[in-house]
Amino acid sequence: MSGYAFAIASCIGLIGFLVVLLRTRRLREKYAIIWMVVGVGLLVLGAFPGTMGTLARAVGVQTPSNLLFAIALIVLLLVCIQLSVEITSLEEESRTLVEEVALLRFDVERMARGLESGRAGSAASAAPEDRGTAQQQEA
Amino acid sequence: MILPAWNEEEALPGVLDELHAAIPDADFLVVSDGSTDSTARVARRGSTMVLDLPVNLGVGGAMRAGFRFAAREGYDIAVQVDADGQHDPADVQRLVGAVESEEADVVIGARFAGRGSYEVHGPRRWTMAVLSFALSRIAGTRLTDTTSGFRASNRRAIELFAAEYPAEYLGDTVESLVIACRAGLRVRQVGVEMRQRAGGTPSHSPLKAAVFLGRALLALLIALSRPMRKGAKEMTR
Repeated sequence: MSGYAFAIASCIGLIGFLVVLLRTRRLREKYAIIWMVVGVGLLVLGAFPGTMGTLARAVGVQTPSNLLFAIALIVLLLVCIQLSVEITSLEEESRTLVEEVALLRFDVERMARGLESGRAGSAASAAPEDRGTAQQQEA
Repeated sequence: MILPAWNEEEALPGVLDELHAAIPDADFLVVSDGSTDSTARVARRGSTMVLDLPVNLGVGGAMRAGFRFAAREGYDIAVQVDADGQHDPADVQRLVGAVESEEADVVIGARFAGRGSYEVHGPRRWTMAVLSFALSRIAGTRLTDTTSGFRASNRRAIELFAAEYPAEYLGDTVESLVIACRAGLRVRQVGVEMRQRAGGTPSHSPLKAAVFLGRALLALLIALSRPMRKGAKEMTR
């Protein structure tokens, strides 16, 4: 019975750790949710070991622990794919930002050159608007 | 004229001088793609404009930045040229001419279209043949060099590419053509002369060629099966 107690304690520890990460904003809820589900699921299985046997018979797996391993592998695979998807969208976002930064830097340099050579008309008229939007963002 | 450049400080000044001399009435934009040498500094001379990307994005990222610039500034034609001096400035006029005379939206400067002596052998050549065959079918015209980085785009193509230019492997060449075709743009090609690169030799190891083949075919298949992003089609009408 001590093995099950160990499993239950591990699950509670895992869920506690996730809550701590969530509270300190080091983990976003959308990534935590799948680990929460895994933790709670394992908690249930640890508390009622018979369910695994019933489940294994229902899907036709002879050894209940093998079913558990198979499910664990699939879950880990799905999480890895989800992380790859997130990385892809992050890369796309940073790519867009990098392009935008380069375009903005070009505009800034052009404006600076315009000011230097005394043709400051367009730059001066644009400046108050910029300040206005900056204030709005702060508020 | 858009020149994507990554650490090209040695070749770039000469290439720019030559282009300025050959096409004096064009504006030049060098997109320094996160270069760690002084590419941006050597480019910033005369009337040449520079977009200095703080991070290396690959040719796809550099070109989308260039197309965004062209779209915002309202240019009618954008010509992409390699910064290593492979492309002959004299051919630029022929590309631009083809945009007008053939009512094409994208014109590719092709290396194997009867002119020039550029040759590739072995698996790399077969890969390019497969890509050319597939893209010729898609575009409804004969394209012999789909991986060329020498092309001219008109206003419609600029606006499409500003929104949709892919960052994938080979996305800057193969997939961008697929996107253009699927958006209903006319793609044509013009034979161009190819010159030796100023420095560096292209690799010929069979393994690399095999990897190139695999990645190219994957890129092509994915590009073809990808659902069109909403709005891409309407935008070009």
